[in-house]
Amino acid sequence: TVEPLEYYRRFLKENCRPDGRELGEFRTTTVNIGSISTADGSALVKLGNTTVICGIKAEFAAPPTDAPDKGYVVPNVDLPPLCSSRFRSGPPGEEAQVASQFIADVIENSQIIQKEDLCISPGKLAWVLYCDLICLDYDGNILDACTFALLAALKNVQLPEVTISEETALAEVNLKKKSFLNIRTHPVATSFAVFDDTLLIVDPTGEEEHLATGTLTVVMDEEGKLCCLHKPGGSGLTGAKLQDCMSRAVTRHKEVKKLMDEVVKSMKPK
Amino acid sequence: MEGVMRSDAKICGESGTESSPRGLGCSLRHFACEQNLLSRPDGSASFLQGVAEKSREWLIRNTCEAVVLGTLHPRTSITVVLQVISDAGSLLACCLNAACMALVDAGVPMRALFCGVTCALDSDGTLMLDPTAKQEKEARAVLTFALDSVERKLLMSTTKGLYSDAELQQCLAAAQAASQHVFRFYRESLQRRYSKS
Repeated sequence: TVEPLEYYRRFLKENCRPDGRELGEFRTTTVNIGSISTADGSALVKLGNTTVICGIKAEFAAPPTDAPDKGYVVPNVDLPPLCSSRFRSGPPGEEAQVASQFIADVIENSQIIQKEDLCISPGKLAWVLYCDLICLDYDGNILDACTFALLAALKNVQLPEVTISEETALAEVNLKKKSFLNIRTHPVATSFAVFDDTLLIVDPTGEEEHLATGTLTVVMDEEGKLCCLHKPGGSGLTGAKLQDCMSRAVTRHKEVKKLMDEVVKSMKPK
Repeated sequence: MEGVMRSDAKICGESGTESSPRGLGCSLRHFACEQNLLSRPDGSASFLQGVAEKSREWLIRNTCEAVVLGTLHPRTSITVVLQVISDAGSLLACCLNAACMALVDAGVPMRALFCGVTCALDSDGTLMLDPTAKQEKEARAVLTFALDSVERKLLMSTTKGLYSDAELQQCLAAAQAASQHVFRFYRESLQRRYSKS
């Protein structure tokens, strides 16, 4: 398109978007759990074209000295050059670092896992969960896809039982006996893009994000409590517009929760 | 180019008294500002308010980009360098205030001024504006907002902890009321600077 903004404005006037969606409609979301057999938990999430895969590996570590009964959850978001031409190879760019910090904040604020559950022996041994989120295809709304992939992968993680034997003081891992993690809340992210300082659209594609004047991401859990309100600059929003975003986030949470429950149920017979 | 001018502006909150006892009205701590104190850069300001993390830089950068009229200066790079001299809580809000004053001092054309306000919610839901480092650590949720000066719209927000939708609206309203004091302080300190006294 020669004039991409004008082209979009013509659609927005009719309350729809070039790909046929309404302003408040999400793209088709698909989730696939347990695809990586070498990881302790994994999930692949597709939001339209945006594809994010999350792999979780559990390792042993000594707990931190100021919190000897806690384990660690270490997220890392990687935006490799293969997902979009805007990323170059080399050290993580700004967007990847911001996304990693965002996921770390969501884990911390929502208390999705109680870090005490990851402790094996206070002061001596604890689990550290390395959550690696890799984007395979970047078409906008990376934060929603990453949050969903992380949640799905954490629900899929099975940790073996570990006992510290008294004679050798070494850890003995029983790979036959595995248990799921205790996921306490289900945070779901809903992202919006602001157009021309007034119009809010849900789940922006890569092109829409580029043309937008601002973005907003709301992370909500099932009780309607907000874990994170991430609005990194961009055009201003009034309190009333924020309220509309909250109600959309509540409906999105229900949609995602339903999808998650279906997937988890289908995994049960294993 | 003007010589170095020091204007130490003090502002008192709604409660009438000076710094420490906080009334129920404004409850922002005492703040002071010094402008044009460095000779090399085009503009500089030090804002004293009661990581170099990439995430914080991203937030501040996007807030500045939203208000600065970049189209008037093509092929130009505006670098904002923020150095933390001391951190006593509400760091991000203080950084935003300093960035805004420095941009004004440099004469960069902007469509509005912006200010940062931090709110903390403690476990029984009491709202505290401009928390100290200790209050931030003990709070259930800490919300930082950047508001613009024209219509008090929300430019940037970053939050930590769990809170409900109603509490968010409450904090936003309190932050919008408190931002008036910050904008009045900007105006007064600039008036003081440019007056011939």
